[in-house]
Amino acid sequence: MAISPEEVLHVASLARLTLAPEEVGLFTRQLGEILAYVNKLAEVDTAGVTPMTHVLPEPEAFREDRVSDSLPREEALTNAPAREEGAFVVPRVI
Amino acid sequence: MSDELCRLSLTDLSRRLQAGEVSPMEVTEAFLSRIERLDGSLRAYLTVDARGAREQARAAQARLARGEGGPLTGIPLALKDILATRGLRTTCASQMLAAFVPPYDATVVARLREAGAVFLGKVNLDEFAMGSSTETSAFGPTHNPWQRDCTPGGSSGGSAAAVAADLCTASLGSDTGGSIRQPASHCGVVGLKPTYGRVSRFGLIAYASSLDQIGPLTKEVRDAALLLSAIAGHDPKDSTSLRAPVPDYPAALGREIAGLTVGVPREYLGEGVDPEVQEAVRRALATLEGLGARLAEVSLPHTEYAVAAYYLIATAEASSNLARYDGVKYGLRVAGKNLLETYLRTRTQGFGPEVRRRIMLGTYALSAGYYEAYYRKASQVRALIRRDFDAAFATCDVLAGPVAPTPAFRLGEKLADPLTMYLSDIFTIPVNLAGLPAISVPCGFSRAGLPIGLQILGPPLGDEVVLQTAYAFEQATDFHRHKPPL
Repeated sequence: MAISPEEVLHVASLARLTLAPEEVGLFTRQLGEILAYVNKLAEVDTAGVTPMTHVLPEPEAFREDRVSDSLPREEALTNAPAREEGAFVVPRVI
Repeated sequence: MSDELCRLSLTDLSRRLQAGEVSPMEVTEAFLSRIERLDGSLRAYLTVDARGAREQARAAQARLARGEGGPLTGIPLALKDILATRGLRTTCASQMLAAFVPPYDATVVARLREAGAVFLGKVNLDEFAMGSSTETSAFGPTHNPWQRDCTPGGSSGGSAAAVAADLCTASLGSDTGGSIRQPASHCGVVGLKPTYGRVSRFGLIAYASSLDQIGPLTKEVRDAALLLSAIAGHDPKDSTSLRAPVPDYPAALGREIAGLTVGVPREYLGEGVDPEVQEAVRRALATLEGLGARLAEVSLPHTEYAVAAYYLIATAEASSNLARYDGVKYGLRVAGKNLLETYLRTRTQGFGPEVRRRIMLGTYALSAGYYEAYYRKASQVRALIRRDFDAAFATCDVLAGPVAPTPAFRLGEKLADPLTMYLSDIFTIPVNLAGLPAISVPCGFSRAGLPIGLQILGPPLGDEVVLQTAYAFEQATDFHRHKPPL
């Protein structure tokens, strides 16, 4: 199953990426080759096999809900590209 | 004299520091001067923190003087630049994080800090750990100390090169599909990927969360055991970190391997493996047999599907993990006229081609209409790969084979052909998919003088038997004593 340039552009937009015109061809070819290769998975009989999304027998997902130290606001904002009055600033959305 | 200090193993340096024969300041200065002299042509370091290292060395000195030091007090380390270091730039070798200064330490960094280690700086990697050669770094490749026109492997190539060239005593790397073991093999050092969950991932910048694991790259096996003891254990900040008690890893090293069964997967020594690698690995197996281990041929029939499963699972997880780089809270922002345009510009300029390729592949594998055929199918094959290993470990204590199908390849050789690059991880990837511990230990050289590594794999939480076997092999050979021509 090859991938078309239109699909590549669609996937790029889903991933919030833009591609330069000369990149569309390159990515289409490279992703096409990778997908052709991964299609070999179709050879494997996986009927009835439970998908394994994690190697841990039982992830420790739960803990007590306790208040503990967290990053102070000032420190959390030190890497902000833009900030104002203790908040992150982004371009106007509405 | 000062270069001699840089060549010492962690174990030997630790002994001399504790005996007061050398001081942490002296050792740190020796490394800083060696880095200044030699790293210009290797480019293992992205950031050298001379000021911080001197401060930490001074503190270690005071601590040793009070008789309060431990085995890592005053030991100079290099950290892969994917581990968050409070107050010290952490780039992930990406333009996206070129100016990022974390306000917190990764748990492993905090633990080593507490143990009194000295951090010389941050070392190079493939951008966001996505690569097998350190060539996708936004700041340029690292060179292999054995042959400058070869890659050091990747993604922890800076770590492996720095250890091999004696530009640090040891290093921490991370391994998602072989990123500790393969560069260790290509640079002739020891590299251990612990059992998934053994070491906290808190502060490790995420690539593929169900596969990523932090581990040591060192000059000798005992050094790796010492470092693992310091960084292993449960962390409330990582829900996937295991609660199992942490054994005394160095204590496992003296145990004999006579009577152990070493499984040799037939798929690991077949077609596609360089004859020189095959020869070195077969000799290594004979050495293990000479030490009293029993060799047994085993089969891991789904090996040939591991790379395909990995490149769907890892990229799917990456597409989700890297969604956080949106130019809002930290990292690069390239402003657009609205929020969507800001996202698009930031991510397009911030990520290099390999990262964008993997994000797109993962997005595709998870997208409507393809999820079943790709992501779900890959997760089923992952279960079968784990079953292969479970069956093998029912009769074997460890498995052994090559780390990589070839010795280090030349800079630029595979960069234009992503699929060929991916296939070089065929023997390391299954270990991550199954969550197992595995080590690379030097086992020979090609005729061209490039190092070759032996991979020893253990069952889940079998980190001890992996270290024990690697140590027995190392003690019976002298490959780890060879130094690159610098």
